[in-house]
Amino acid sequence: MNKRMTAGQVVDELRDGMTIGIGGWGGRRKPMALIREILRSPLKDLTVVSYGGPDVGMLCATGKLKKLIFGFVSLDLIPLEAHFRAARQAGAIEVMEVDEGMLQWGLRAAAMRLPFLPTRVGLATDVQRLNTNLRTVQSPYDDGETLLAMPAIELDAAICHVNRADERGNCQILGPDPFFDDLMCRAAERAYVSCERVVETEELIGGGCIHTIAMDRSIVDGVVEIPFGAHPTSNTPDYGIDLDHLKEYAAAAKGGWNEYAAKFVALEPAAYVEAAGGADRISAIAHPIF
Amino acid sequence: MSDTDYTLAELCICACAEAWRDAGEILATGIGLIPRLAASLAYRTFSPDLLMTDGEAFLVSEPVPPGPRGDYEPKIEGWMPYRSVFENLWSGKRHAMLGPTQIDKYGQANISCIGDYAKPKAQLLGSRGFPGNTINHPNSYFVPNHGPRVFVEKCDMVGSVGYDPSAWGPGMKRDFVDLRLVVTNLAVLDFGGADNVMRLVSVHPGNSVGDISAATGFELGVADDCGETPVPTPEALDVIRNLIDPHDMRASAVLG
Repeated sequence: MNKRMTAGQVVDELRDGMTIGIGGWGGRRKPMALIREILRSPLKDLTVVSYGGPDVGMLCATGKLKKLIFGFVSLDLIPLEAHFRAARQAGAIEVMEVDEGMLQWGLRAAAMRLPFLPTRVGLATDVQRLNTNLRTVQSPYDDGETLLAMPAIELDAAICHVNRADERGNCQILGPDPFFDDLMCRAAERAYVSCERVVETEELIGGGCIHTIAMDRSIVDGVVEIPFGAHPTSNTPDYGIDLDHLKEYAAAAKGGWNEYAAKFVALEPAAYVEAAGGADRISAIAHPIF
Repeated sequence: MSDTDYTLAELCICACAEAWRDAGEILATGIGLIPRLAASLAYRTFSPDLLMTDGEAFLVSEPVPPGPRGDYEPKIEGWMPYRSVFENLWSGKRHAMLGPTQIDKYGQANISCIGDYAKPKAQLLGSRGFPGNTINHPNSYFVPNHGPRVFVEKCDMVGSVGYDPSAWGPGMKRDFVDLRLVVTNLAVLDFGGADNVMRLVSVHPGNSVGDISAATGFELGVADDCGETPVPTPEALDVIRNLIDPHDMRASAVLG
């Protein structure tokens, strides 16, 4: 089955009020071109599940976000996310704040069609007190321990960005960390993956060791080729994090969002790459050092 | 600078490194420059079996000096993406040192937000891994700006667990909660007193017990043997200056 789609076709399949999981982590390998496509659409009232970065910030800046399920929002090298902060400080979004490990635990539960997975994490903190939907469970064994029952985080859709994919939906992540994109895809009714390049399956397998094949095609419903589709976040080894761009984006939280949006968000992917300095410039961005 | 002169940053690095003394073969995570250099110092001196990461997804067999890499290549010895980090920390094989925005006398700490949770005065990172770290493995804290806004009676959002008995419900397992040191720009504190409440164990040279109490937003107990924080040894200074921080990134640390 050929699963190639356009970014517009992906967003056409999304609906107001959906719960959407976004792959990547902070300032790394975020499906930013798909996010920009969402920002240009009339979609609204989204619940987003994310290891948050500028994906969350931009959805906040445009009022698309109704609720965020998260452990943090950060641009990594810029620790705090200005647009997310502004939305929280205005009381503009609902939040379910959990530990970052609880987030993958809830996704894992959904991926395995379980109602919850037990953990100690979150107990005895305000994560438990503030999230009144969180319940505890008692171990049925002799220890009788009280554990937190992390509920499954079921997603209507997942969007991710990877380095390579074939047209059937096998996905390759060449960077050092696959994060939890596979769990996002498995936890979702429908999963859409953008990639730098769609390649033949043989090229996919030849392009990196077998462990780089992060998602198999059974959990991917749509493949979109968008070169530089993670910019301004990194997509190692194709390009690093664009710190200069992220500084401009962060500064736009002080009343400059419309200008930033007109300059970048309004543009289709090819024009966007030019506006961001061109393919050569983005390809040459150094890889982040932490 | 002579062998016996030292900076406050170097004193703090040495004091923080003590958190990992006799730690064995566990992952040492120092978030922020001073804790990172402290873990590096521990590795290079008295805890050579510690596991270290490059800050991204690789385990390295020697700490990566912060700052410009130049020709330096990290000495990779393993792979630790975030999913393995969670497995590691939930299994307890780690000691992390982090920087809280607020911390109370029970060691409960906050990096989420300041003010009313529904509409915070200042939104910060979010609870990140604080809840999971603190209920699973040893933790220490570094505070570069010891003051009553950090050491508070009550955190606005409790992200990490501590020793407050009222926070724990029946049947919850507290056995793995192990808060060790709180090192600041003024002093070293621990949880070794009665009921594991925070107490002062040593004062950095130039400060008094009264200074520390005045800078702390709750009543602070003082250990019977509270003295002066040991100054860096020449050996430690040599390791810091020549091996783990050759670019003197510590000079840019803001303390106070």
